[in-house]
Amino acid sequence: MTGSTTSGRPGSPAELAVRLRATGYLPDDGLATAAFLALRMDRPLFCEGEPGTGKTALAQAMAQVLDAPLIRLQCHEGIDASQALYDWDFPRQLLHLRALEAAAGASAEKLDADVVEASLYDPRFLIARPVLKALQTSPSVLLVDEVDRADDEFEAFLLEVLTEHAVSIPEVGEIRAKTPPLVVLTSNRTRDVHDALKRRCLYLWLDHPDLTREIAILRSRLPGVPERLAGQVAAAVRRMRELELLKPPGVAESLDWARALQLLGADELDVASAAASLGAVLKYREDADRVRAQLDTLLI
Amino acid sequence: MVTDPLPGLVGFAAALRHAGLAVTTDRVAAFLTALDELDVTSRTATYWAGRLTLCSDPDDLARYDMAFPAWFGPDRSPRGTPVRDQRRPPPSRLASLTSGEDGDESDGPDGPDEPRLRVSASAREVLRHRDLGELSPAEREHLRALLALLRVGLPTRASRRRHPTRRGPADPERTLRAALRNHGELRELRHTGPSRRPRRVALLIDVSGSMAPYADTLVRFAHVLVRRGAGAVEVFTIGTRLTRITRELRHRDPELALAAAGRAIPDWSGGTRLGDVLGAFVERWGRRGVARRAVVVVFSDGWERGEPDELAVQMSRLRRLAHRVIWVNPHAGKEGYAPVQGGIVAVLPYLDQLLAGHSLATLERLVEAMTR
Ligand SMILES: Nc1ncnc2c1ncn2[C@@H]1O[C@H](COP(=O)(O)OP(=O)(O)OP(=O)(O)O)[C@@H](O)[C@H]1O
Ligand SMILES: [Mg+2]
Repeated sequence: MTGSTTSGRPGSPAELAVRLRATGYLPDDGLATAAFLALRMDRPLFCEGEPGTGKTALAQAMAQVLDAPLIRLQCHEGIDASQALYDWDFPRQLLHLRALEAAAGASAEKLDADVVEASLYDPRFLIARPVLKALQTSPSVLLVDEVDRADDEFEAFLLEVLTEHAVSIPEVGEIRAKTPPLVVLTSNRTRDVHDALKRRCLYLWLDHPDLTREIAILRSRLPGVPERLAGQVAAAVRRMRELELLKPPGVAESLDWARALQLLGADELDVASAAASLGAVLKYREDADRVRAQLDTLLI
Repeated sequence: MVTDPLPGLVGFAAALRHAGLAVTTDRVAAFLTALDELDVTSRTATYWAGRLTLCSDPDDLARYDMAFPAWFGPDRSPRGTPVRDQRRPPPSRLASLTSGEDGDESDGPDGPDEPRLRVSASAREVLRHRDLGELSPAEREHLRALLALLRVGLPTRASRRRHPTRRGPADPERTLRAALRNHGELRELRHTGPSRRPRRVALLIDVSGSMAPYADTLVRFAHVLVRRGAGAVEVFTIGTRLTRITRELRHRDPELALAAAGRAIPDWSGGTRLGDVLGAFVERWGRRGVARRAVVVVFSDGWERGEPDELAVQMSRLRRLAHRVIWVNPHAGKEGYAPVQGGIVAVLPYLDQLLAGHSLATLERLVEAMTR
């Protein structure tokens, strides 16, 4: 592997892994390779996986590693370019127009329509939404969260921007990123995202971490939790994931559970402390009831 | 001396394509670029370079994980790359789901070369009402052509995305924009109204033994809907397990699509555990949004080996999520049919509609019922 890199950019997946770990985010081989390639190949990283497996946190950790701002675009049904890209600040444009007219009235001059129009659509009246902001900020990390909630038209729009790393605004011209932002897209698979968009990306499937890594994540995020308790929480959560619950606990829930146990002053996971804190790990009543009935088998 | 790895890598891409991955040339190019950035001599690096660039769905991962050791040899230093979707390897091509090699093509009264368009209009009318389970090979061939011509208008719903209209609430943005063009003069109000988006459709096709005569046609019907549905239609088969075949049915060519679906279905012509499998659908897909406010169509005769109570519980959960639940039973259209099978009786209270699905005409009625 060649060592020469742009300033601050990692030279290998292993180096990136070390730097991610330093932020408190613990990657596995695949994740470090994916993020490394996303930087090297200027390709968006498309992250899919169960809730709470660290998709959003990955973008945050990468922003820290690159010492770049994290710019987040939360997708929702009906989102369109004016919410993602840019908008004009109409109230300020109107004020500006009134000011021009007042000045012209005072000096009895006639306003030139073309000049007025040009001054109205000046970049200073442009409101940059997340995508434009990311293109204007180098370096930056753009997180397009839950892209599966947007519709096809919006996907087509994203595809264009992410391919070009530029947008063109009719009244202003083209705005191109100096260095393309690192783009992280996440999806919870409520529907299939179009293949044309996925093809432009690196595809990363995030699974629940294995036991050792989950313990390490608990220890890294919650340094006050004793090793033994972290091990018990991670093991119990793993068994819960086998139960086909309505909402299987993710890493987020393991963390919540360990935090709750810590607050209860429990230094061990037993039936009593588990029963008292179950609400922290299982967010649906049906799930909590089912697990409560078989707590002893979960805590071997 | 190191041999050029390139032909081997391209061969690997071809093997993946054969395994059903949508490996396009741009993906292969990305794979090679990725390897260029990594340590090509490392097995792990090669594994990840391929997985990140050549896969694009969890369904792909299981296939990739099978093809990788088959091509590069078994791993000597095992590194677990667990994939949650642990399906059995797809069985070999299913004859009953594919045409051309059925073998029974020549058994029919007409030769396989019978030109399908020479069939008269009245023959077509007859065929529309024939029991799909009792077609001769030539009729089946003709039916495929009719299915492809089926007119499907898919259901729609109001969307939050708004678009310009003549009446409706004022649209401040467009009103102001128009005013700016007139030197700030507000001359007219612009309006905005809701637009319509396709409503989600989920088709669940029972492929157990008792449904075998109908499954081929129903999967073809699903193919037509997936092709017209622009991403709004999801298709699953149900039997002893739940299998999503939407991706397989995206192939433009119906024969390729059906062959791919056939490879993906592990429980073809087996038993049924309707309750459990519907439960799996609600849990794995329903709550993710596939069934939410969707039109859900279940094609099944309701023969249930499991507990009818469980089936009722799962149907009531599905009913709460969905916009409409339609059940299509091929036996329901037959003379003298009364819904007595345990399964059907258990689900009746949760249905918006129970339809007969034994002929093309009834599938046409279904399309109508879906858009209602
Ligand atoms: N590998 C990891 N290392 C450290 N912390 C992690 C890791 N994975 C997950 N976490 C922690 O778990 C929690 C949940 O992660 P996050 O919110 O990123 O999940 P998500 O995949 O975005 O979930 P959702 O789909 O619900 O949005 C966060 O507090 C995050 O810091
Ligand atoms: Mg998230």
